[in-house]
Amino acid sequence: MDRLTVSQLSAGLRSGEFSSEELTRQSLARIEAANPSLNAFITVMAEEALTAARAADRRLASGKAGPLTGIPLAHKDIFCTAGTLTSCGSRMLANFVSPYDATVVSKLADAGIVVVGKTNMDEFAMGSSNETSYFGPVRNPWDMERSPGGSSGGSAAAVAAGLVPAATGTDTGGSIRQPAAFTGITGFKPTYGRVSRYGMVAFASSLDQAGTLTATAEDAALLMEAMAGFDARDSTSADQAVPAYSSMLDETLAGKTIGVPQEYFDEGLDSDCERAIRDALDVFVDLGAKITELTLPHLALSVPTYYIVAPAECSSNLSRYDGIRFGYRHPDASDIGELYTRSRQEGFGAEVKRRIMTGTYVLSAGYYDAYYLQAQKVRRLISDELMRCFEDVDIVAGPTTPTPAFGLGEKIDDPVQMYLNDIYTIAVNLAGAPGISIPCGFSGALPVGLQLIGPHFGEATLLNFAHHYQQQTDWHTKTPALALNDGADK
Amino acid sequence: MNWETVIGLEIHTQLATQSKIFSGERTTYGAEPNTQACLVDLGYPGVLPVLNSEAVAMAVKFGLAIGATIERRSVFARKNYFYPDLPKGYQISQYELPIVSRGSVVIQLDDGGQKRVGITRAHLEEDAGKSLHETFKDQTGIDLNRAGTPLLEIVSEPELSSAAEAATYMRKIHQLVRYLGISDGNMQEGSFRCDANISVRPSGDTELGTRAELKNLNSFRYVEKAIEFEIERQIDVLEDGGKVVQETRLYDSDKDETRPMRSKEEANDYRYFPDPDLLPLEIDEALLDSIKESMPELPSEIEERFAKDYGLNPVDIQILTASSEDAKFFEASAEGLDGNYELAANWNKGELRAALNREGVTISDSPVSPADLNNLLQRISDGTISGKTAKEVFEAMWAGEGDADQIIETRGLQQISDVVALDKVVQQVVADNPEQAGQYRGGKQKLLGFFVGQVMQATGGKANPAEVNKLLRARLDADEN
Repeated sequence: MDRLTVSQLSAGLRSGEFSSEELTRQSLARIEAANPSLNAFITVMAEEALTAARAADRRLASGKAGPLTGIPLAHKDIFCTAGTLTSCGSRMLANFVSPYDATVVSKLADAGIVVVGKTNMDEFAMGSSNETSYFGPVRNPWDMERSPGGSSGGSAAAVAAGLVPAATGTDTGGSIRQPAAFTGITGFKPTYGRVSRYGMVAFASSLDQAGTLTATAEDAALLMEAMAGFDARDSTSADQAVPAYSSMLDETLAGKTIGVPQEYFDEGLDSDCERAIRDALDVFVDLGAKITELTLPHLALSVPTYYIVAPAECSSNLSRYDGIRFGYRHPDASDIGELYTRSRQEGFGAEVKRRIMTGTYVLSAGYYDAYYLQAQKVRRLISDELMRCFEDVDIVAGPTTPTPAFGLGEKIDDPVQMYLNDIYTIAVNLAGAPGISIPCGFSGALPVGLQLIGPHFGEATLLNFAHHYQQQTDWHTKTPALALNDGADK
Repeated sequence: MNWETVIGLEIHTQLATQSKIFSGERTTYGAEPNTQACLVDLGYPGVLPVLNSEAVAMAVKFGLAIGATIERRSVFARKNYFYPDLPKGYQISQYELPIVSRGSVVIQLDDGGQKRVGITRAHLEEDAGKSLHETFKDQTGIDLNRAGTPLLEIVSEPELSSAAEAATYMRKIHQLVRYLGISDGNMQEGSFRCDANISVRPSGDTELGTRAELKNLNSFRYVEKAIEFEIERQIDVLEDGGKVVQETRLYDSDKDETRPMRSKEEANDYRYFPDPDLLPLEIDEALLDSIKESMPELPSEIEERFAKDYGLNPVDIQILTASSEDAKFFEASAEGLDGNYELAANWNKGELRAALNREGVTISDSPVSPADLNNLLQRISDGTISGKTAKEVFEAMWAGEGDADQIIETRGLQQISDVVALDKVVQQVVADNPEQAGQYRGGKQKLLGFFVGQVMQATGGKANPAEVNKLLRARLDADEN
């Protein structure tokens, strides 16, 4: 079996071409073969997966299966899974077995998904390279010396390498779209509130959103139908019906308009990336869409704004990791002060501590107005500016990242360079808008991602655009050599 | 020098909701430690708070009761600090935008006057857990049952000017939250406690002095004693030429003194910011209207009505409306006693309260029901029994011997009010005592008492005294002619 999409696998399962157990065994075999070098998984759930696969096969046999029944999937290790380690890529939670399932996990389980494991990630989703993980960096299957991006790097690498057909991710500043771009797959970040955050370990609550890493937009649509929806346990989840995304993929693009912000093509953009993006826009013209230039003057402020808002929220969200009730506890503290200090000192990595300190600073008396409050105002400006575009255009398009995947170790010691890598994705989170990254070519041997951005709850439109593009191009079918060489046919 | 005291109170009242403010966990008091703490209360990774609408309705009720502004949009904020009984490392509270602002209550002063006390704000927040320092030797236990319990923090203006006023204000708020049914007000269980901000200044000064904050006062008596001590302490410091330090102090009821908390504990920068897990709380017209409709009668309204409908005096009204149970008891016991409500008032605050106090039972658990008492009062009112006999009947009712009518019947306590029958006795008594009759007629009017006594003796104490008086006078005066 070659790498197949979720929709192809779904058809194969229903026609009896193969069973979920076979599919799951193949996925587990590929993980076993490739993971020692890729480091995409923190936990492999072989036994649970096979049990779930057999249950899925029974359901398939009984004719009661849904489109996702029996499909293997990996969860980013940020989603709580009952009875399984949920580490969030941190030493702090390296011993944390969640007593409950995240809403995303239970919804996908209800849809018949077979979870094969939990994927590696930047610690507490803080990072753009997967190098901040306590469990070591993930490698990019296209070039093992390069980063797969982050923070959902494990999920992206696992899908790109064909270890699983799909994985979940979370996106706070680009953590789904950037790794998708770096690994040549489709990464979908829905509107803030579209998918419940319950059970998703919080990084920056006003920005965090769960989404998917898949081969195609069609697969993202299928997963979204199961994942999205109102959840009474998340006050910020949207009480709006979930459209049948997968049945709206073929709507014509004729007469639709794509806005292209000139700020997305500034001097920081790699020239090969730019060429790939321009070519991709031409494809949309061929599909009947119109391209119009627009400008987002406040875009440059999105990175500094984000690096105030996100650390502020994280500094508070991560206060619960105090060594008292769960997680890492320094073994020899002599008093409560030392217990806190040493547990947090030893339990958190450098980047997490940097953000906690930044966040604590910007919320402090005397600095709150100058930093946090000001950042909230600028956030509103950036958001309003982006949202106003949709009065004139259906979607906004541009590159997902300024460059293709960078080398491991290249930026990890320069946080500002690392942060600037997220310049094209962050505004989308600040606005709470949906965004998708789809493969649109190569820069040398490395994939390039095209980013499409939509209005709030414009998921169907984005998936519709992305799907049409993938009907016209084959970039999404390209797989790294590693994918089928290592252990694929065991 | 003359000193003036300025006091503001922050009252924390636990709301009597079924479940916690941000989780579905129960809030029953006294459960085994950590048996009423769900994952949300424990601050587990990934959990999220969901606001309890019952707590919101209760806060709105309070706001309406004090004539405050109900803010259509209020915001929950995080107050960040580390403490072992604070699971998330922050407390969800309301900071810049509370749900209730600018209200007031009127309190009765000791000199008979009244004073309006401003209430700056009332906001919703979650309680923390408890650290158990005494349960384990050299160790601290954590009980998170209380974590996430809904609190309404009621902040007064600094307008109270004595310890007694502060206690009166606290009682007033206590009465109000119980009338509204939003808190059980149980002070032993910590459901109603307060912090007091106290400062003194030379009389006539307009600038406030440096204040000290007294934490966790959990009885009316302690509030009064602690504030009294603190006022004296501050005046002593100032009169000795010193300065009051702005600090948090604790009251030690055993030693009756206040002393500073370790300064380390208050060197906190709470880094408040809006909680991104909760949307701003919006209260629309429809919700407000439905809460308005569910408002019970307020103490101030009942007081007004008691004066108007029953003609009671202010002192009696204060006693009879202390709680809504008291007021309801009075009203039920006074039913149908038109023109004789004073009788009902006297019995409520006299015999009834004496018995309740003697037996240590609350009015809700009184063995004599309001209907029982009403029955008894009707018999006094219609002359079936005298007030003196009624006390005997009341005791019998208290002891469970039945209702008033049954007891009067079985004990044969009915008064003789039959004028014809009584007049026969009167005639006989006058005839049997010609000497005294003569003296009476000679001007010794106080001998009337002697005759009444004789009639009572002859009737076994059951004669209606009013009728006996009337008949005796008539007979003695008539026979003179």
